[in-house]
Amino acid sequence: MKQYLVLLSVILYSYVSYAQPYATKILAEDPVNLNYTAELVIPDLNVPWGMAFLPDGSMLITERTGELYHFKNGMKTSVEGVPDVYVRGQGGLMDIELHPDYPNNGWIYFSYSSPEGEGEGGNTAIMRAKLSDNMLVDKQLLYKAVPNTKKGQHWGSRIEFDNDGYLYFSIGERGEGSYNAQDITRDGGKIYRLKDDGSIPKDNPFITVTNAKKAIFSYGHRNPQGLVKNPETGEIWEHEHGPMGGDEINIIHKGKNYGWQVISYGLNYDGTKFTDITKKEGMEQPVFYWVPSIAPCGMIFVTSDKYPDWKGNLLVCSLKFKYLERLVIEDNKVVKREKLFGDLQGGKFRNVRQGPDGYIYFAVEGKGIYKIIPKNN
Amino acid sequence: MRLFFLGLLFTFFSIFTAVSQTSPLQESIKRGSEIYTDFCMQCHLSTGLGQEDIYPPLAKSDYLMTNREASIRGIKFGQQGEMVVNGKTYNNIMSPLGLTDDEVADVMNYITNSWGNTNDKMVTIEEVSKIKK
Repeated sequence: MKQYLVLLSVILYSYVSYAQPYATKILAEDPVNLNYTAELVIPDLNVPWGMAFLPDGSMLITERTGELYHFKNGMKTSVEGVPDVYVRGQGGLMDIELHPDYPNNGWIYFSYSSPEGEGEGGNTAIMRAKLSDNMLVDKQLLYKAVPNTKKGQHWGSRIEFDNDGYLYFSIGERGEGSYNAQDITRDGGKIYRLKDDGSIPKDNPFITVTNAKKAIFSYGHRNPQGLVKNPETGEIWEHEHGPMGGDEINIIHKGKNYGWQVISYGLNYDGTKFTDITKKEGMEQPVFYWVPSIAPCGMIFVTSDKYPDWKGNLLVCSLKFKYLERLVIEDNKVVKREKLFGDLQGGKFRNVRQGPDGYIYFAVEGKGIYKIIPKNN
Repeated sequence: MRLFFLGLLFTFFSIFTAVSQTSPLQESIKRGSEIYTDFCMQCHLSTGLGQEDIYPPLAKSDYLMTNREASIRGIKFGQQGEMVVNGKTYNNIMSPLGLTDDEVADVMNYITNSWGNTNDKMVTIEEVSKIKK
């Protein structure tokens, strides 16, 4: 009898604490046959957030605490002239991306937590600059979200360009989802679109709406830490953190509302519900959602010939489970999930990129940058 | 009899003031709960239970309750590597949170006085400021 009671209370307890009514049906499997190994190529990094590959094969790497490194010929050099970074909670110096026409114009784009402007605290900023003699020069602040807040969470950060040269970036709702994410007159919980010089495209969706933030491209997001162009369709794909459960992959369409925090497949951190609905008219459904959360941060589509069995797949970093997740996509649906390199004994998997050399690189906190190498190389 | 009522009245009044006046510790715990929500809850959850094999528990955590200085240092500067909590080994990284000394004190007071944890000796800003990397 006593055992039954214990069992019953355990069942009840786990139900109350972790009941996830919308558990993801496709489970992440271990690979049956992994044709690749991961080799640490840039060691000694704490929180490497952004990676950009320069035409000479060298790499720019951001550290969350505000250092920008140039890794060249096996040497890591600090780049000077990084703006004042407000290192707080999940924020700091974050993503970095080159202009699509970088060889001709030299523009480097990056996102960071900025204390600039009125009020205590900070908010996400996007800047572009050029690299000259190991120094950031010609710095231009393209966007700074307001208001500043001392909250530590949900800065967004990812930067991506589309085929027309527009600049997209994400800013999370800064821990104020209830009134930032659904309000297009406020920053946060949005995907933004600008021209490469920071000006606002004339056909942005809310350009004629009074008081709207004209740079907004889509809204109703929680904390998007992944933004990538689908190389086949040219569309921008995004992933965002849900609360407890409900991380999402979305395809970003102009002017659309992605539902946070009106609809969600996740729960509050105490296991209670904050919404009863997962669908609503006028709000987009995700391509895929993770329940339980993997805490996604950074993704790519594999296009390289070096990974023939992964071509067209998505690779997503998991902060929580410290692995790289491979998602096989068919007709914009996830049909298979696989967990890769979960045995590296490091921290969070923070970012993944495919280099111009065709190799895939990923960043692990407390370790550094790994390169994925085919076994029969 | 009158004296008795007066005494009773006095007793009620004392209890009332004691309840309505919050101590510095209670104030700190309250501020700490807000810091916890913003900086800690995603991993350690609102129950303080953490997540099995990934994020160690704070609720009834022997590490937290017996390693006061190391716990403050971890919150103040971040923490890395193996640690044993309630007999289980965790190996993860908590990167620096960017909290000020008063915020570290507040969140320490909150987590050491929640989910069954109790700590009579309040963590102060002075104590936090003296703890170095």
